[in-house]
Amino acid sequence: MSNNQQIIISGLGGQGVLFITKLLAGAAMADNLPVLTSETHGMAQRGGNVISYLKIGDFSGPLIRPATADALIALKAESFAHHAYFLKPGGLAVVNSLDPVKDAGYRVFSGDAGALAEAAGNVRSENVAMLGFFLGAVKDETSAFNPDSLSRMIKEKFQAKPAVAANVLRLLTSGMQLYEKR
Amino acid sequence: MNTKRLMLGNEALAYGLLKNGCQMACAYPGTPSSEILSAVVSLKKEMDLNIHAQWAVNEKVAFETAYAGAQAGLRTAVAMKQVGLNVAADPLMSSVYLGVKGGFIVISADDPGPHSSQTEQDSRLMAVMAKLPVLDPDSPGQAAELAGIAFELSEAFEIPVMLRPTTRVCHSRQSMDVKKIEMTLRQAAFEKNPGRWAATPKFRLQLHKELEAKLAKIADYEPTRPRLVSGTAAGTGQAIVVAGVAAANARDIIKEKNLDIPVYQVVQAFPLHKAFIDEMDAYDDILVLEETWGVVEMQLADKKRVKGKNTGFISPVGELLPENVEERICAFAGLDYQAPQITMLPGRRPTLCAGCPHRASFYAIKKVAPKGIFTSDIGCYTLGCNLGAVDTVTCMGAGISQAAGFTIAYTENEKQPPVFSTIGDSTFFHSGIPGLIETVTKKIPYVLVILDNRTTAMTGHQPTPASGRDAAGDPCIAVNIPDIVKGCGVNFIKTADPYDLPAFIDILKEAKAYCQENGPAVVIAEHPCLLDMDRAELKASFKKVVVNRDVCDGCGYCVSRFECPALSMDQETEQVRIDPGLCTGCAVCSFVCPKGALVLENQE
Repeated sequence: MSNNQQIIISGLGGQGVLFITKLLAGAAMADNLPVLTSETHGMAQRGGNVISYLKIGDFSGPLIRPATADALIALKAESFAHHAYFLKPGGLAVVNSLDPVKDAGYRVFSGDAGALAEAAGNVRSENVAMLGFFLGAVKDETSAFNPDSLSRMIKEKFQAKPAVAANVLRLLTSGMQLYEKR
Repeated sequence: MNTKRLMLGNEALAYGLLKNGCQMACAYPGTPSSEILSAVVSLKKEMDLNIHAQWAVNEKVAFETAYAGAQAGLRTAVAMKQVGLNVAADPLMSSVYLGVKGGFIVISADDPGPHSSQTEQDSRLMAVMAKLPVLDPDSPGQAAELAGIAFELSEAFEIPVMLRPTTRVCHSRQSMDVKKIEMTLRQAAFEKNPGRWAATPKFRLQLHKELEAKLAKIADYEPTRPRLVSGTAAGTGQAIVVAGVAAANARDIIKEKNLDIPVYQVVQAFPLHKAFIDEMDAYDDILVLEETWGVVEMQLADKKRVKGKNTGFISPVGELLPENVEERICAFAGLDYQAPQITMLPGRRPTLCAGCPHRASFYAIKKVAPKGIFTSDIGCYTLGCNLGAVDTVTCMGAGISQAAGFTIAYTENEKQPPVFSTIGDSTFFHSGIPGLIETVTKKIPYVLVILDNRTTAMTGHQPTPASGRDAAGDPCIAVNIPDIVKGCGVNFIKTADPYDLPAFIDILKEAKAYCQENGPAVVIAEHPCLLDMDRAELKASFKKVVVNRDVCDGCGYCVSRFECPALSMDQETEQVRIDPGLCTGCAVCSFVCPKGALVLENQE
């Protein structure tokens, strides 16, 4: 188990890639780990493919080289097709997809985060459900993302909006359960 | 107060400025620089700092405003993107001769890639041309550190100092310690000296001589000296020189490969330290890694021993990604390199948001002048090219002058195509007005559509002079676009909401007919950017459109010509489908379907 982690988060502009990147980064920081991220701004945010890089541990450069990432969070099936090349051989991928996604080179787990978001009454929150799914999948690989630190951070972040915090936490949990039940 | 925060490079820069006493900060938004001023505003509010932060109408105005503050002895800064520096090039060149009293930092953010820019130009070359020192940070943390050094350097030599971050500094985040800023405010004290501040050409020659003397000393300034970041200074064999984000990437790779080559990081890219140039002269083989052009490389003495951008060893085009850095370091050091297999798929093209009022405007323009020439400008509405309603995009404000140029070019042709120019509200204020005045005096037959969404949308919704709110969101004087257009001498000015598509099309037809005999006709397409609207307001105005299954024959006209992300073809039913998650209820598509298959729910 290593706390040096390189994670790719990929989706479409407007799906909330930056939001979950910041949540993950915050969780690692709460455990006093050094964090570097890099994100997409500007024109690509208007519905284009958006990627963010999250590096935890001993790094100087903010980007991740192809074939070196520990994990990929894909908010669309097409995001996996686009950015799987960042994964190291045997790397972990979680994909938001109705249909199962397969790739022999990596350990791929897919789940329908969209359905969870819809059930929770906000179709735009599949990013948070997928983050929960990822936490479930990654928990045996690294202690860099402690779900308790993450929930503490979410409560702090939405201090003024306890209802929002509760919704986010509920979706996170249902995402984690979706992984367990797969 | 001492907290650990995940700081965006631009926030770190803002923190560095304020921590070091910056009392005036001005900017015009542009990716990747936009969040610098927003962060100055939020830190000012959070830490209760009595400083001035301002979104200016363009980069030139921002520069000159902040510069005057430095002439009066305050520490000030101006921030912009690299092409913004083109707009501010005039005051830049002159102010370096005149110098400053208080520290003055010019932040020009470059965009190797380019990710969100029209060029990959290297602002450091502009610094070479203007003859001012330029610092090149490798990370958010170093950007904050160099802001302090830049102010000291600026005051030590009474010279503006450029700070040049790149996209990967601006839009990276790093965990950093943040402390409460305690500021000791300076009083403005402008010392009159017309021989300096209003120098005539004769005095300018003297100032140029003094500038050269300053640069020679700055090339020996201790705090900005190149840093040995890895290995030992062997003074023979191979050496690697790194700057900017390439330095951060190279450090990771050198460490991973356990390389024993000395690595020097240059933080002051110009003027390169004299002693460092001499030191490098002792090495036989030198690799220089920097973005975007070989600015450090070109200052090294013996070019035959140097490998870099200018020699073709490093590509002069595109971003220097960490995998490129790894591959080039391996080639330089004689190590094996296995390139990973990469399958690049064509990405989704960016598109106007569902419900974007610009989409309605472009659809209408295309309808009124199917064979027209469409000059446009910089902003979200550049994406009107997806609808075939944007033919040219050159630089801020160019669309209006180009509209004039096209009508003149076609004068002697048998047929003159109608010319429609589109420009956003912020871009109109930035540099559209002079072009408009010019076309009035020449009676140019074209239609100008000002896409007024009441904000600078692409860069993150900064206010415009028409917004009536300042950088902090507080009320300020709003200027009125129709009044300005009228003041420019235009006699056809109509304002309409493009959501009411049939009425909007009628106005464009009227404008098109008017301009043939009378010169410029201006139509102001007024509807706020949905991303900037109150959610409750959006919900209240939602009009539900449904597909009439009996009528839709699956022709795909709406999907291809209107290009709304909420519309797609359903492969099973072979009819159009409206995505409820994306639809904003603008109902413009109900005017678009030629068969009348897209209808308001209660009218079905």
